[in-house]
Order: sequence, then C-alpha cells, then structure tokens
Amino acid sequence: MSDQFHLDMVLLILASAIVTYLTRIGGYVLITRLKTMPPRLEAALNAVPAAVLTTLWAPAFVYGGYDVKITIAAALVIGLRYSQIVTIVAALAIILLLRHGFGL
Amino acid sequence: MNSREFLLGVRGGLPVLASAPFGLLFGALATANGVTFGEASLMSATIYAGASQIVGIELFGQHVPAWLVVLSVFAVNFRHILYSAALAPFVREFGVLQRALTFFLLTDPQFAESLRHYEKTKSLTFTWYLGCGTLIYGQWLIMTMVGAYFGQLIGDPHALGLDVLLPVYFLGLVIGFRKRSRFLPIVGTSAIASTLALKLVGSPWHVSIGAIAGVAVAALLPVRTTPDQNGAQPKAVVE
Repeated sequence: MSDQFHLDMVLLILASAIVTYLTRIGGYVLITRLKTMPPRLEAALNAVPAAVLTTLWAPAFVYGGYDVKITIAAALVIGLRYSQIVTIVAALAIILLLRHGFGL
Repeated sequence: MNSREFLLGVRGGLPVLASAPFGLLFGALATANGVTFGEASLMSATIYAGASQIVGIELFGQHVPAWLVVLSVFAVNFRHILYSAALAPFVREFGVLQRALTFFLLTDPQFAESLRHYEKTKSLTFTWYLGCGTLIYGQWLIMTMVGAYFGQLIGDPHALGLDVLLPVYFLGLVIGFRKRSRFLPIVGTSAIASTLALKLVGSPWHVSIGAIAGVAVAALLPVRTTPDQNGAQPKAVVE
C-alpha cells in the first residue's frame, strides 16, 4: 500500500478493532436478552484479564536473565504500593542500572 | 447539543490525563517493534484499548498466526463485556447511533469516570459522556503519535531496557486486579501453566493455554454466595 501502511497489518488491525468493538457492545446485547448472568460465567469473565495478562509476564520472569528477574521482582514490590507509572519508571531505572552499572 | 454539559464531561475526563504516558509508551513500543507510525496511529484510532494493543505488538514480533493475534486481543478486551452490561440501564434514553458511539468509547477510565459522575449527580447524559470520551480518545491518539514519532528514533531497545517494560507493564495491570475474588489461584494457575506451556508447547500457545487454565480455575471453584464487590470495578487508568 505505502511505506506507512502494509495491507496485512491494516487488515489485522481492523479485525482487532472489530472484535474489540464486539466486546464493548456484547455485554449490553447479552444483558438485554439474558437479564441475569450465570454466576460461573461471571466468575470466568472476571478472571479473564488477570489470567491473560499473567501469561505475558510470568514466563519472562522464569526464563529471563538475572537482570530481568530482579527487575520484575522489584516491580511487584513497588507495584503493590505505588501507581503503575511509578512502577514502570522505577523498573526502567533498575534494569538500566543492572545492565549498564553491574553488567548483568 | 448543550456545550456546557459537553465541557463538564471534558472536565470529568481530566483525571485520566494521568495515564497519558501509556499512550507514549504504546507508540514508542510499537515503532520499536517494527510497527510504522501510521499503523500505530491506526491501532489507537480504531482498536482504542491500550493493553490489548500492547499485547498485539508483542505478538506481531513473534510471528504468531493472524487469527491468534486477533483472538488474544479479544481475550484481553473481554472484560469490556462486563462494563457494557453494567452500562445498559444508562443508555436507555440514547438514540441508536448515540448508543453505538457510547460503546465504541467504552474504555476502563471512561467507565470509571462515568459511574463516578453518576454517583455524584444522579445523571449521565450522552453529551457529558461524549465530552469525557472526546478528551480520553484525543489524548490517547495524540500521545500514541508522539510516542511513535520518537520511537522511530530509538536505536537498541535492549540497551534502553525497553524489552523489560512489557512484562513489567502487564505485571502492573495484574496487580491492579488483586482485590478481585480468587485472584491468587487464578494468577498462580496462569503463571505455572503458561511457563510450562512455553517450554512444552512453545510460543505463542503458552498465552492461550495459561489464560484458559486460569479462567477454568475461576469457573470451577465454588461460587460465592455474596456478590463480589470489586468484581466489575475498573481501575482508573487506560489499560
């Protein structure tokens, strides 16, 4: 298409946009038909974000080098007390220190 | 359209500006992972769901089949189903097109600020919602563009520590869900299942396998008799 837009990528983005919109309108469509949500379905839906997002950091922690392990562990401690932005900035500082200061 | 109500909505969205760095982060990560400036902007303009967009660029880099990328985006955004169900009583008076736009703009902070506004004023008009949504959407798109522009100038992501930002970002999101019921069994199961699956089955299947294991645990554990107060409450950041 051009330097900026590759056809396969644009199609992938638009497909992602469509499924995202379906999640945003889906609960409304469901609730106006179902009236109530089965408790187990609600428990499963509630678990989705934590379950999906955990798969995106846990293997990185287990298989990463010591620089990555230390940074993620520190981020967990910091994240329990401070906002996400503070956590990210602190993690960035820690990884830079470990890599450039300690040569990990 | 009542312009005062619209501006009140814009003002209602102001706390969300605290999450503006996520737009920058997304834009920078996108271009650092080989996504172009135009594509990154298109993602923010049409998908408009930060965490799933970052999952998307993470998976593009691993040469994952397209359907699995779309499925992963869907999985990360699945929580919106709860918000949209919760919003049903508020949109009764809205027209069909207004409803369609309302749900397009339904992000975590939009949901949080809208409900907070309703608690305070006992009303939630489409105009207010649109004002709030315009601010959140606008900052997300502009911050993406700024981040993507500067991301193109980044040389070595490893030397700058950018590779560790994604896991830390996702860990931070997970921490934000810690008050939900069954949090530890779900996260523990997903962590173990995805780590084993990465070794035994390989990437990107560990994402789906770990996620399904965690969700299954949540569905199979005994149902609580008291409703979960924190269940559908979103965090006040763009995810």
